[in-house]
Amino acid sequence: MITQNSPALIPVLYLAASMIIPMVGYFRPGASYAIALLTCVAVFGISLMGLQEVMANGAISYHLGGWMPPVGIEFVLDPLSAFICVIISACVLMVMIYARNNVRQELPGSSIGFYSLSMLFLGGLAGMAITGDFFNLFVFLEVAALAGYGLLAIGTRRGPVSAFRYLVLGTAGAIFYLVGVGFILMATGSLNMVDIGNILPHAEYQRPVIVGLVFILLGIVIKMGVFPLHHWLPDAYTDASSTATTLIAPIGTKVAAYVFIRILTVYEFPPLMDVLCWLAAASIIAGSILAIVQNNIKRMLAYSSVANIGYITLGIALANPMAFIGAMLHILMHALMKLVLFAAAGGMLNNMGTVNISRLRGFPTVMPWTALAFFIALLSMVGIPPTGGFFSKLYLIWGAIEADAWIFVFVIVFSSILGMVYLFRVMNIAFFRPYETADDKKITQSFALTVTSPIESIDESSKQFETMPRKEMGLLMLLPVLIVAVSIILVGIYNGPIVHEVISLAVPEFLKPAP
Amino acid sequence: MLELIEGYYAHFFLMLLFVIGLYAMMMKKNLIKKIFGMSMIQSAAILFWILVAYKEGATVPILDPGISLENPDMYMNPMPHTLMLTAIVVAVVTLGVAIALAIAVYRNYNTLDEDELLARIKEEQ
Repeated sequence: MITQNSPALIPVLYLAASMIIPMVGYFRPGASYAIALLTCVAVFGISLMGLQEVMANGAISYHLGGWMPPVGIEFVLDPLSAFICVIISACVLMVMIYARNNVRQELPGSSIGFYSLSMLFLGGLAGMAITGDFFNLFVFLEVAALAGYGLLAIGTRRGPVSAFRYLVLGTAGAIFYLVGVGFILMATGSLNMVDIGNILPHAEYQRPVIVGLVFILLGIVIKMGVFPLHHWLPDAYTDASSTATTLIAPIGTKVAAYVFIRILTVYEFPPLMDVLCWLAAASIIAGSILAIVQNNIKRMLAYSSVANIGYITLGIALANPMAFIGAMLHILMHALMKLVLFAAAGGMLNNMGTVNISRLRGFPTVMPWTALAFFIALLSMVGIPPTGGFFSKLYLIWGAIEADAWIFVFVIVFSSILGMVYLFRVMNIAFFRPYETADDKKITQSFALTVTSPIESIDESSKQFETMPRKEMGLLMLLPVLIVAVSIILVGIYNGPIVHEVISLAVPEFLKPAP
Repeated sequence: MLELIEGYYAHFFLMLLFVIGLYAMMMKKNLIKKIFGMSMIQSAAILFWILVAYKEGATVPILDPGISLENPDMYMNPMPHTLMLTAIVVAVVTLGVAIALAIAVYRNYNTLDEDELLARIKEEQ
């Protein structure tokens, strides 16, 4: 019963929660968190059940209002969308556990609004993942985007400025998408994705379809934050509250990447794929280089998001099964990594009062468990086995070799080296330079890790430094971060079963080699 | 050149509206003018969908005893119009959020001019 209705239940539960939270929260402010958490648990359970059902018996299609697909709106839960739904709901469950104390600390007084908006955001994302209708996708895209603007605007003083910039670009992206769908409607007279896929080979005019496709992809690329159109992303992520960033960064741009796959399953146009491959390569290189020069950790992570969305785009645009598997695995891995990294950055901001890289000296002694999770995620970001990031890059490289695109193999490897640079920059400052006082007098260093080497001990005694006691994040904040960090390694070790049993089912028809 | 435009006046008008809107969004310094530009491209997209539904010589999609049901070509396609009602709602909501954010920016920095805004942000750091 629940599994057959799961395509509708997943977005509707989130949307219903976003309505209920302000109503209940008006009378009992404390209850809003409980409702949000319960919804997340429920949706996670339902999407797991949905994934199990889909893997056993094939796609579930839900017809809204009982109208049959080409006329009515269809919600589809197939292996691909079920996989994305599980990623969304799992990440959000972790973020919600993390959010409780952080929201109370960072956004006093607006916690009801935060939970309500975050549920609305998730409803939009889940709807984007599940819908089988182009116009419905536009509506969910705008629901998610509008809630996202709100979430990014509350927090710091600069928040509204960055959110406004994101709004201007994001609206342009959505309108490009809408115009593109208009062109496709013009050529086919239908909005259902499966129906359009069947009509298009027989359509009388191909040119409007290609124009429409270009418009749609332009809109989606803006939403994904691929290199030349990434400008909204670093500002928005840096200036938002750390809970909002932890919520949006792991899943927001990935769902746009998923929409990109959905559109390519409808219609494939090879010259466009070449352009997208090069865009993705530019995004990988530029994102990595820009990440190196940043001083703010959140901003560095935002630029590395640009690079990582490049990997995903490249995997999809190379258009062969191996690269596609790499892209899907990277969607999962990047969601997990960014969750840990942004959550840890939020913890640093709370407990050490800074996210500036040059002030991170002694960070592992102040927050040892957070540091452990943070560096596991960074290692995965560079792609060091046995973390999952290594395997997703391995599949991507494999796919690029299969497509005979050696230049992209080089790009992926080169960007990993660049990743090494920004990883070791942070690691060097955090672990190996505890006593230098170049610009600031206040040193954050606990007694736990005082190394007594004979040469340095002479130097130390003459220096004055303030010590900072061990100050770990609270258990509720630490627990989800550690769980996700462990799962990064587990996904790396058990990537075989995940790829064979889930992702290879999700490889769309057009990528499979003709028999 | 003229043959290209002839018969497609509406399309070219909408293209012009769209480009003017994009120009305003990108080049204007005032945040409210950016919002105007945003509204313009939204209107252009909505009108474009209405144009998609238009048919020469067709009538409104209400059952007319004078036109037999065997000939649905005589009716316009009502679907884009209904969908655009939703798109108008989305556009209005976007406008509301945009103006709310502009008010928040004005309260925080006391200006709506982008150059001045960036200068004040830089000053603050």
